[in-house]
Formats: sequence, structure tokens, C-alpha cells
Amino acid sequence: MTVKAQDAGAGGDDETRRDFLLLTTSIVGTAGVALSAWPFIDSMNPAADVLALSTTEVDLSPVEVGQSITVVWRGTPVFVRHRTEQEITAARAVDISTLRDPVPDEDREIKPEWLVLVGICPHLGCIPLGQKSGQPRGQWGGWFCPCHGSQFDTSGRIRKGPSPTNLVVPPYKFTDETSILIG
Amino acid sequence: MLGTPTLVSGLMAGLFLLSSVASSPAAAAEMPEIEKRDWSFDGIFGSFDRAAQQRGYQVYNELCSGCHGLRLLTYRNLAALGYDEDDIKAFAAEYEVTDGPDEEGEMYQREALPSDHFVSPFANTNAARAANNGALPPDLSLIVKARKNGADYIYALLTGYGDTPDGRELPDGMYYNAAFPGHQIAMPQPLDDDAVEYADGTPATVNQMASDLTTFLAWTASPEMEARKLLGLKVMLFLLVFTAMLAAIKRKVWSRLH
Amino acid sequence: MSTHPVVKWIDERLPVFTFLNHELRDYPTPRNLNYWWNFGSIAGVVLMILIGTGVMLAMQYTPHVNYAFDSVERIMRDVNYGWLLRYLHSNGVSMFFIAVYIHLFRGLYFGSYKSPREILWAMGVIILLLMMATAFMGYVLPWGQMSFWGATVITNLFSAIPLVGEEIVNWLWGGYSIGNPTLTRFYALHYLFPFLIFAVVFLHLVALHTVKSNNPLGIDATGPQDTIPFHPYYTAKDFFGFGAFFLVYLGFVFYAPDFFGEPDNYIPANPLATPPHIVPEWYFLPFYAILRAVPDIEVFGFVLITAKLAGVILMFGSILILFFLPWLDFSKVRSSRFRPIFKQFFWIFFADCLLLGWVGANPPEGFFVILGRIGTAFYFAYFIVIIPLIAYFEKPRPLPESISAVVLGGKEEGKS
Repeated sequence: MTVKAQDAGAGGDDETRRDFLLLTTSIVGTAGVALSAWPFIDSMNPAADVLALSTTEVDLSPVEVGQSITVVWRGTPVFVRHRTEQEITAARAVDISTLRDPVPDEDREIKPEWLVLVGICPHLGCIPLGQKSGQPRGQWGGWFCPCHGSQFDTSGRIRKGPSPTNLVVPPYKFTDETSILIG
Repeated sequence: MLGTPTLVSGLMAGLFLLSSVASSPAAAAEMPEIEKRDWSFDGIFGSFDRAAQQRGYQVYNELCSGCHGLRLLTYRNLAALGYDEDDIKAFAAEYEVTDGPDEEGEMYQREALPSDHFVSPFANTNAARAANNGALPPDLSLIVKARKNGADYIYALLTGYGDTPDGRELPDGMYYNAAFPGHQIAMPQPLDDDAVEYADGTPATVNQMASDLTTFLAWTASPEMEARKLLGLKVMLFLLVFTAMLAAIKRKVWSRLH
Repeated sequence: MSTHPVVKWIDERLPVFTFLNHELRDYPTPRNLNYWWNFGSIAGVVLMILIGTGVMLAMQYTPHVNYAFDSVERIMRDVNYGWLLRYLHSNGVSMFFIAVYIHLFRGLYFGSYKSPREILWAMGVIILLLMMATAFMGYVLPWGQMSFWGATVITNLFSAIPLVGEEIVNWLWGGYSIGNPTLTRFYALHYLFPFLIFAVVFLHLVALHTVKSNNPLGIDATGPQDTIPFHPYYTAKDFFGFGAFFLVYLGFVFYAPDFFGEPDNYIPANPLATPPHIVPEWYFLPFYAILRAVPDIEVFGFVLITAKLAGVILMFGSILILFFLPWLDFSKVRSSRFRPIFKQFFWIFFADCLLLGWVGANPPEGFFVILGRIGTAFYFAYFIVIIPLIAYFEKPRPLPESISAVVLGGKEEGKS
């Protein structure tokens, strides 16, 4: 509801002064309204308590070679696997051009023996099996999604089934030799 | 006409005077006079004295946290006082919180993280009362906003302990306090000279500790205060200018009438 | 702009632009309105802000007795600008009542309730009632000590209703005391009621545009020389009014955000500990005084009407009586500018309302009891006795020829 200029009447100088005042006021007013909208919009952004939980520290020391653990990060499962030599070799021996989502294994982790992946199938969001002993890992020894049959290799890459992309590697870093910070 | 406004104001003034004179003397003794003090956070440009906040936090930790919780605060909030991430992590880690259930279905204890809320000294109000002869030490997160006269009252309370005046009997377990309504409080004097050794070397007199603690608690109750006053300054200046412009337009528009 | 093809296309199918032009631009308004006429639009703007901030707050609030208080504190501490939304909302309510009370008193002074504005006035009273219900329920939501105990005291009043009182109260509570069922239903209704207010405001404006605005002289416009188009004159004046009002409103929000509040409400509700003084928010204080003013009404030692029931009847009566004002004040002259006796008593009535507010803020002891009774007696006497008597006996000052005669003639007749 901006104040519109009255178009009647004579008066050159007076009118231009009034129009200038009207113009500047309208601009200032619109700016004020826009600035006032920001708190409303920003209040919907993640609040301080949510942001405080946006990172998860994981202590890797109790995870033996060949073992997998699942941690929670931002409310979703994250797979952390301490890979064996065979698993690493198998992952690196693959011809990239044959992959649906071609990514070399070296690009998917910081240290070759630690694989950190978001445990959600990129197809439709189910949690793939393969973390616990006894669970199916699929043909390539990685993970098997029970919902629609996607199979991932020891680098978490999609090899068979409907998932269009590999299991996502979340942002993480090593805070020391045996700890990582995800997020 | 002189008549009506004079009549009305005279009437109102008279009635107000009468009501204040006629209110019972017992009521006056009940609500002690609280001295108004100057705080760094008073006024339009007020801010929290960082050093005082840190000292106050030390006082809270060493002298108050045994009975009083601060449950609305999280350890990460201490960053506002100037502490860095490692200090905060270390400090939080001194406390334990219950988490779980684990894979076996059991609840377990773990070190507190910066994202956790301050751990209260008692599990619940019943435990608190049981440990304090039936009295409940209130959580201090909002205490400055939850009491009439706010910071002035808290300071007055902390420094209001003294000898029981003659002719007054206090029940067992109660202490005389000049500021507390009714003048008897279940909390013994919490501050003594040099009860705390300040890290910055400031002499820890009772008044100093009371002032620092009050500053700290004013912050726990209103952590947004500095941001609020800063934004307020920008908004009010904008509005003053903008309203002046609107006034000018109004006058210009109306000048067109005859 | 009115000839732009897109505008024409829309307008032919849904006459928004014709409507806006007719109601907000060309709309003939008396040329002599003073600043007391700004408060209607101010109230409207504050209502919009309350709804806007309210919706944002509702996204973050948890309506459960175990979480409500903490969820409000989370809004204050963790939600981005949460403290701003909360303080805009809580102070907005006080501003809303300030604007509406001024708007109402303006109506009383200038006779805006008289024919043909009886229904316009009635819509206003309904809005006031809805506002009070909304504010009452909203205050319960933070679940502080005052939230709980204020709600307990006021809902308990309904038990005064003979025979079915107890059942009605349990029905209101959804239990045997204020508890979680009460909180959740208050939340639902608090969200709903502002939209009812919005609807009645719309009716209020339709009624207004049907009979047109009153003016400080209280005489009808006799022709186009007495009126000016709403735009740009009153749009400009209203915007200036908003600016001035916002300076006050935001002054409180940023620098004294808890001025209108009660410290006790920063203590979580405790059903086992009653605060020493239960006080409602300031805008309810005069009605609170009336509620507590009445003693048991006895006849030959037999209590005919309990103090409680009488208080409830008078408290609601004090608002309902406003509906009858157009008939109680049957004087044909509208504005107090030409009614010297009426004007005197208006100011005494205003002072009486302030007095009742003061009484309501204090415990009902000692001199306050007498003051409350005098104040209440005068309040009702003003409407039921004084106003009709004045309407009958007062000889009003002669009315001016027309609005334009006064405005353009140079001298402001009867201005005070």
C-alpha cells in the first residue's frame, strides 16, 4: 500500500519537491518493509540449538578392522567402516568407466581404511543393510538395500539396482589420529 | 474551561493520596524499599561488562551451583562471555548427563557436550526440597526477570543479610534478610569476603561478588539484550527519520486545502 | 493506472481495483477529522502484526504443560530473532488495547455510537469482547505462574453460575483443574479467534463505509464541500500516525520489553504454590476491580446473590452495557464540543476508569475496597442514570451550519 502521487494541478517547483519527497519516502519505506521481513524469514532457519547439533564427533579407536558402526548425524544414520586390505584392493581395482556414477575410490575417503558414508539409499531413502554381521552385503561386499535391491561395493558405489548415484560421503575431517568430526 | 481538568486532576490526586496513606502498615513492612543502582547494562546504550560477567560466572560456579541450577542455559552460550571452544568443551566435560537407551536398552551417563544444557544440582524439585529442609532453591536462569526490581533486588538480597533486629524471632532454619519480602529467608548468607579467588585479581568483597554475580545473572535472563539494544538503535533512528518524512508529506498534502 | 489494460482485464472479472478506488481513494471523508481518528487504522495495523508474529511463534511453540514454558524460552534464546517476535507479540497486545481504548473513548466523546452508527458501534464492542477472550487465552500459553493462576481465578468464576456452574467449569477445563487439556484448547482457540476478529473488523468497516465517518463537530456532511477524498489526505495522515505510533511501540519492544508484564510469569507454573498477588494484565484491571467490588447481596440475612456471582454479572455487564449506549444517550447532539455537561461527566468517567484500573492492580484490602465500590457504582450510574438524565435535561450549545463553514470560516467553533 504505497502512497501514490496525486496527479492534479499546476505548480512546477512545489510539485517536483513533493514528488521528490514522495519518491524518497516510498523508497525508504519499501526498504524498511523489506528489512522488517527478514526476522520473520530468518526465524525459520535452523535455530542455535539445531546448529549446535549439526556436527557429530566420532571416536574411531574402538572400531576393529572389518567392523562397521552406525552413528547419528543431523538425525540421519552414518556408516563408518574400518575396511580390510581386501576391501580396499577390491574397491581400487574397479574400472571406473563401467560405473553408473564413476568416481575413483581414492576420492571417496581421507584415509583408505576408513570409509564414512551417509547410510541412506539415494534411490528412495531406505537404510541399506550390511552394517551388522549376518546382514546381506550384496555381490560386491558393500551394502544391500532391501527396499528395491540396490547393491553398493566396498567403496559405497552403486553397482546394480535402481539407485542413480553412489552412497553420499558427508563432509568430515580427522580431528586427531582416531577421531573424526562429521559436518 | 479551567473547571473540568482541575476538578478531575484534583479528584484523582486526592484519591491516590488517600489510598497510599490508608494502605495497611503491615503491607509496607512486607515490601522493603529496594535501592536503585547503576548497572553497566542499564539504559539505551547499556552492555554487559565482560569481566564482571566472567567473575560472576566464577561466583555462580563456586558458591551457587551446589543448590541452584541454570537449566535454560547451554554450555555453548558461554562463548558470549569470551570463552573459547576448548574452554567450553573442557568445562562441559566436568559434568555428566544421562543419555540413552543404549543397545541393551539401558540409560547411561556420559560427559556433557557444549550443546547440552547446564546440569542442575538436583534431579527434580522433590530431591531439591529433600536436600534443603523443604525449601526449594530456585533455578537462576531467569531470576533477574522473575523478581520485582530485577537486578537491584538480587543485589539487595545478596547484600541484605545482617543481624536479626531486636524483638524479632526467626524460626529454625530461617535467616534475616533486609531485602527479602517478609524479611526471613531459608537461604543462609551465600557470600563471604574472599570466598572466591578471582582469576583477574579483583578483591572478592561481598559487594563485589554480589555485583558480578548480578551482572552474570542479568545476562542469563536476557542474553539477547545487547543485540536487542543495538538493533533498537538502528530501528529507532530509521523510524525517527522516516516518521519525519511522513510528517512532511502529510503537511505538504494538506497544504493543498485552501 | 485505471486505464492500464491488465488492470482493466482483472477488474472486469473481479472488481478489485474499482473496489479499492471507491473505498480507499475517492471515498468521501469529513475534512475536519482530528488525530483521535487515527487510532482505528492503527489498531488494524497492530492486528496484522499480531497475526504475523503469532503465526511465526506458533511454528516454534509447544502446547504441552511440560514443554510450553521451555519452548517459549527456546524462542527467546535459540530461534533467530525469536526474542524480537516474542516481544513484538507481547507488547503488540498492549499496544492493541491502548489503540482500541483510545478509539473507544473517542467514540464516547464525539457521539460516534449514535444513529445511524449503532451497528458500527456494536461491531466494535464485539471486537473488544473477542480481543479480551483472545488476550486471556494467549496469556495462558507461556505457562508461567500468572498464566496458570490468572486462568484458574477467571475460569473459576463460572462456577458462580447457579445449578450448572461446576459442570460448566469442568467442561471449560477439560478436567478438574487447569491442566493440559485446558492449555491445548486455549492454544487452538487463541489461533482461531484473531481470524474471527478479522471478520468482525471487516463488518465494522462495511458498516462504517455505509454510514460514513463521524467528525469532531458531530454534524452530518451536507455536501462535497464538507468532505475530501480519503486519498491522499487521510492515507498520508494515517501513515504519519503509524510512524508516530511505531516509535512508541518499538520503544517498548527494544528498551522496556517487560514493562507491561508481570515478573511472576517468568516462573514456571506451579499448581501447588499460589503467588502472593494474582494480577491480570493491565488492560483487564478495571474489570478486575469491578469483579471484586461487590459483596454478598443479602435479603433478610439470606444470601440472594453471592459476591462471586454478582461480581461476574457486573464484570460482563460493564462491557455489555456499551451495546445499549445509543439508546441510553438519546440526545440528538453527538459531539461533546456542544454538550458542556456531558463533557464534564465524560472526563469524570475517564478518571473513574483510571481509578478502577488502579484499584484492580492492588489487593482488595482496606481503602481499596471502598474505592472499588465507589468506582463501580459510578461506572454503572454513568450509563444508566447520568447519561439519560443529561440527554433529557441538557441544553446543548448551538450547532454550526456545516463542517465547511467551521473549517473554512476561520473560527473553530466550540473547539476545546
